[in-house]
Amino acid sequence: MPRVIVPTQLRGYTAGKDEVRAEGATLDEILVDLDRQFPGFRFRVIDEQNRVRRHIILFVGQERQEDLRTPVPPTTDVTIVGALSGG
Amino acid sequence: MPLQLYIATRKGIWIATANADRTSWSLSQPTFLGTQCHHVVLDPRDRKTLLAASRQWHLGPTVFRSDDGGATWKEAASPPRFPTGEARGRAVDHVFWLTPSTADEPEVWYAGTSPKGLFRSEDGGRSWEPVAGFNDHPEQLKWIGGDKDETPDGGKLHSIIVDPRDPKHLYLSMSGGGTFESTDRGADWRPLNSGVAMDFAPPKDDGTEYPYGHDPHCVILHPQRPDRLWMQNHCGIYRLDRPSDRWERVGKNMPSEIGDVGFGVVSHPRDPDTAWVFPMDGGGNWPRTPIDGKPAVYVTRDAGASWTRQDTGFPREQAWWTVKRQAMCLDAGDPVGLYFGTTNGEIWASIDEGSSFRCIIPHLPHVYSVTSGEPA
Repeated sequence: MPRVIVPTQLRGYTAGKDEVRAEGATLDEILVDLDRQFPGFRFRVIDEQNRVRRHIILFVGQERQEDLRTPVPPTTDVTIVGALSGG
Repeated sequence: MPLQLYIATRKGIWIATANADRTSWSLSQPTFLGTQCHHVVLDPRDRKTLLAASRQWHLGPTVFRSDDGGATWKEAASPPRFPTGEARGRAVDHVFWLTPSTADEPEVWYAGTSPKGLFRSEDGGRSWEPVAGFNDHPEQLKWIGGDKDETPDGGKLHSIIVDPRDPKHLYLSMSGGGTFESTDRGADWRPLNSGVAMDFAPPKDDGTEYPYGHDPHCVILHPQRPDRLWMQNHCGIYRLDRPSDRWERVGKNMPSEIGDVGFGVVSHPRDPDTAWVFPMDGGGNWPRTPIDGKPAVYVTRDAGASWTRQDTGFPREQAWWTVKRQAMCLDAGDPVGLYFGTTNGEIWASIDEGSSFRCIIPHLPHVYSVTSGEPA
């Protein structure tokens, strides 16, 4: 089951955990499972048109991915990054 | 409970609580620190529930609800959002405005968003649905215009008003787009902009008015005379007395050297002929700062026929902050208290209907809105 690295901005949804496990073979399935475990999580990562939010970056392994259909091998980490923003 | 001010800023929310005679204020610690918050409103129906519109820069827009006066907050299970897969592909960028409905609909709230959208909650802000009668109206694309009809950080749907006599009677306004009215709880809408100037568009050859595309900055309805509306527009100050559909530019009675540009307008809770505005410089590059750097409120006590300057207590020169459209409010006291927040993070107060002001809270972030309430 892939490990998901959670940025500080999203830890309010994961009871403070900086990494969690989620079931799924694609980014989309991973996000659906994260939303099941942590209600509201998915809509904070993607908008209502299934676009990754502007200041969120998703990595599968070390590759940045925007396509939610991207496969996620079971031993690969998904890293969610709060991108440059603020000020 | 004593009077409170609910202060929404670019970096979070603060609540200020007054002592009995409003001469001393205590400031809460921040809530949602680091999160852009556009509006916080105490539900006047139960005087207990607070709703807050927030956008954490990474995580996007949502609405929070508090049942305990702001001590704890819970995010809406289903925040305002456009339908997934819709042809126009809209996504809410931020929730800008929150309005409770009347006591006839104790759980109903409305939200206005950027991009311009209208949303309704039937369960006290816990879940939200698009108001399709507006968002998908066949004329809506023409009404809201394009990217050039937006404020610098995105178009705004604001000033959602529910007629206190009839919750099916609604008004909303857009920057830009104009003011619109519905008499069927949002199923259908029509423009309500007659008499409103649109100086940024060329005059029509046939002399007729543009029906929409205007830029109202703030529109209010007087709760004790619900047929009276006040508007602070990009192009002037207006009053409308229904059933007339034609706004009267009462801002033409302002001193010519001050003009009648600004963002907010508030009206005395017991006197519909009394209203306050905060003029901003609309010349040149539209700086939207106090004229000549000298802040002043202007009050009318005769429904806009004349205006009087109120600036006692303000800096006499070199003050260049802006007061945004949601950042001015009143309390229900006698005399009425007048409060506003500035883009440089100050809260100013008058407890004598504007005769004198003092800064009651310095050093906050850029203030977007200030609302008042007396929690039960």
